[in-house]
Amino acid sequence: MNLKLRIWRQQNSGSNGELVEYRVSDISPEMSFLEMLDTLNEQLNAAGTEPIAFDHDCREGICGMCGVMINGQPHGPQLGTATCQLHMRKFSDGDTIVIEPWRARAFGVIKDLIVDRSPFDTIVEAGGFITVPTGSAPDANLIPVPRDAAESAMDAAACIGCGACVAACPNSAAQLFTAAKVAHLGLLPQGQPERYSRVEAMVDTMEEFFGSCTNHGECEKACPKSISIDFIAQLNRDYLKAKMLNSKLAGQR
Amino acid sequence: MNLDAKVPPGPLADKWDGHRAAINLVAPTNKRKFSVIVVGTGLAGASAAATLAELGYHVKAYTYHDSARRAHSIAAQGGINAAKNYRGDGDSTYRLFYDTVKGGDYRSREANVYRLAQVSTEIIDQCVAQGVPFAREYGGLLDNRSFGGVQVSRTFYARGQTGQQLLLGAYQALSRQVGLGNVELHTRSEMLDVVQVDGRAVGIVTRDLVTGEIESHSAHAVVLATGGYANVYFLSTMARKSNVTAIWRAHRKGAAFANPSFTQIHPTCIPASDDFQSKLTLMSESLRNDGRIWVPQEPGDRRAAGDIPESERDYYLERIYPAFGNLVPRDVASRAAERMMEENRGVGPLQNGVFLDFADSIKRLGEDTIRQRYGNLFEMYERITDENPYEVPMRIYPAPHYTMGGLWVDYNLMTTTPGLYAIGEANFSDHGANRLGASALMQGLADGYFVLPYTIGDYLAGWLGSDAVTTDHPAFAQAETDVKERTNELLSIGGTRSVDWFHRELGKIMIEQCGMARSRQGLEKALSEIPALHEEFRTDVRVLGDDESLNFSLEKAGRVADYFELAELMCRDALDREESSGGHFRVEHQTPEGEALRNDEDWAMVSAWEWQGRGTPQKRHTEKLVFENIELKQRSYK
Repeated sequence: MNLKLRIWRQQNSGSNGELVEYRVSDISPEMSFLEMLDTLNEQLNAAGTEPIAFDHDCREGICGMCGVMINGQPHGPQLGTATCQLHMRKFSDGDTIVIEPWRARAFGVIKDLIVDRSPFDTIVEAGGFITVPTGSAPDANLIPVPRDAAESAMDAAACIGCGACVAACPNSAAQLFTAAKVAHLGLLPQGQPERYSRVEAMVDTMEEFFGSCTNHGECEKACPKSISIDFIAQLNRDYLKAKMLNSKLAGQR
Repeated sequence: MNLDAKVPPGPLADKWDGHRAAINLVAPTNKRKFSVIVVGTGLAGASAAATLAELGYHVKAYTYHDSARRAHSIAAQGGINAAKNYRGDGDSTYRLFYDTVKGGDYRSREANVYRLAQVSTEIIDQCVAQGVPFAREYGGLLDNRSFGGVQVSRTFYARGQTGQQLLLGAYQALSRQVGLGNVELHTRSEMLDVVQVDGRAVGIVTRDLVTGEIESHSAHAVVLATGGYANVYFLSTMARKSNVTAIWRAHRKGAAFANPSFTQIHPTCIPASDDFQSKLTLMSESLRNDGRIWVPQEPGDRRAAGDIPESERDYYLERIYPAFGNLVPRDVASRAAERMMEENRGVGPLQNGVFLDFADSIKRLGEDTIRQRYGNLFEMYERITDENPYEVPMRIYPAPHYTMGGLWVDYNLMTTTPGLYAIGEANFSDHGANRLGASALMQGLADGYFVLPYTIGDYLAGWLGSDAVTTDHPAFAQAETDVKERTNELLSIGGTRSVDWFHRELGKIMIEQCGMARSRQGLEKALSEIPALHEEFRTDVRVLGDDESLNFSLEKAGRVADYFELAELMCRDALDREESSGGHFRVEHQTPEGEALRNDEDWAMVSAWEWQGRGTPQKRHTEKLVFENIELKQRSYK
């Protein structure tokens, strides 16, 4: 396959970027999208041009490092697939592919296709956990968890924190990311004691960085783990409840 | 060098309790006077950093990723072992200990492994309480499955994403401590040297990967939780950034490196499809519970799987190892697959795989059950290969996956350098010459949650009243200068070939000569080729960009430079060890049936190598392995 690529190049967070055109030839359909970029980088290196910086690590779709806009779609055209798991067989000879970093005010560009996703960590630090100091846990089977609850929690916990949901959202909202963590912990019996304080702290922190959700649903389609926006409904319910109840008394209700 | 393992006295089952009662503690109000550096935020690092901070220590944690949640522990699929005996199938602490020592081909330290089996149950308790969504039975209790090399079901799992869920649990615990201000977390920050004063570790030097700034950090103790080094083979299942640099820098400063040639080649990975392949993807070992491995009986049979009748298939693991069948340990399964390749019975377009067939299980259990158990793995397989494993058998082949070798540590997990600890895959202690499936997650979390937080107190207690050495000490300035020089050297070579080119070439030498089968002749060849390639790297590598902004080529060049030295040590260790054990298979030492032939008389010991300076081969020291509770036997899975 021969391809024309238009790729965002930006030296650092302080400089202006631009789309630069490159051509690659003899791309095998068996290659992953990132291996196609590797090939381009080898070419650039040979020609004395600095290679394109893009985040990646596990290349198995689980670490959440990779992720670029491919022709305007986060992670490209294949549903439920992270950039590293996308293969070139999904493209055709002669295609032009536009590759850009995630676009969101909360995710500043660091270099080329790399953005700063640290606001996600800040949200988790605010409450995305169950407080259980090491060594204080009871025997694991003392906490039965209904199978459906465990399965549903796992559906939410599958989030890899890549940021595609934010990049896909016209409002740059992080509702799907936050909802996935709130639901994962809130669906489990272990997560009940902090359920309402958690959602309040996480949502309030989220709103310091990100836009608001207006139910476009783009995030679900962009999510490489196909996490359902139903979790956003659960988030909203819990958040409303947390705000209406005095959360300090929630345990008594 | 004195390799005192500090194994506590007394009966095996009482050692850990006795040790905890005997070692020094740091009082709660004194803990805040101590600072500890933890490098790496995978399972071992994140769990250690979180736990130390909960205890009251001041913790500084470092990761080269953008977030602590990215570490490669996240990619572990199948599960985590624990001797809970929830199935009532005869499991016990002793049996988990026994299976692990036997699975490791009797090259691990008894006391460490027993402790691992003891704390395994606490790990499950801890993780469940944190909200790890383990698989459940309909009654709400925890489910289990079976893994290779054992005859009980003791593996806990969260679909095919167990590593991800356990890491997120540890990451969440760590995030809580970051939010509380008890952990100072440095992201996109790579450790490039250990700093020592009077022979003990007092800090590290890092490079800020975004700004290029070289920075010094000091503490009372340094913990390395930086994972394994299988990327020395270039193609492996490791994440692309996983590297040896942190422990290699510690090794160069004096920490002994143990059993470097003990590497694991995992039997179930997706075979490479072309020359551009950048990494290999694992298919969880759990698949061997329901998949049957086979190749055509006739060499050179190129028919599609469906066209080969049952009578012309060779289910070779079931044939050779009837007792364990498809669930033999990894080293045994990998070598058997390699033998099939040698007999020209490989399958797939490049004849570089064997079949893993689910047809029988789908017939027996239905497609829905198989989908429930392995759905995400099947999807992943289909995305990569464009083949539907519900309809045609998967193709799999062995790939480098884990490294049992690592920094030598004593019972307290301290390296030969006082104040410097190594935990998780970065140390050598628990898996001997072969790791059993679902034991890496167990060991990482055992070290981080339940072992190091106790044992480190014994060292720190001795420093009560002394402040940490500050970063204006000349040792820090010297280390910073060394790091800067190395960086500038790499940028100034201005050669013609890329870092990846050199890495690929090195990988080819290593997989051929120091991979699944090793021979004297091959290793000697490698030992002449590696230094030559290294020399070429030093004069001909091209690293573009500068050191003042994000520069992946520069980061990688530093890591590959360290691989060259590591590769030499691995080959030297493999050449030195005149026996076969676990993943270390020397063709000169095998049974008539082609199984690994150990030499317990001479080699029931750990080889720990001491750095002697650039250009001089490391010096070997030995720790004799004493087996008081297990009888050494020829491993048999037949």
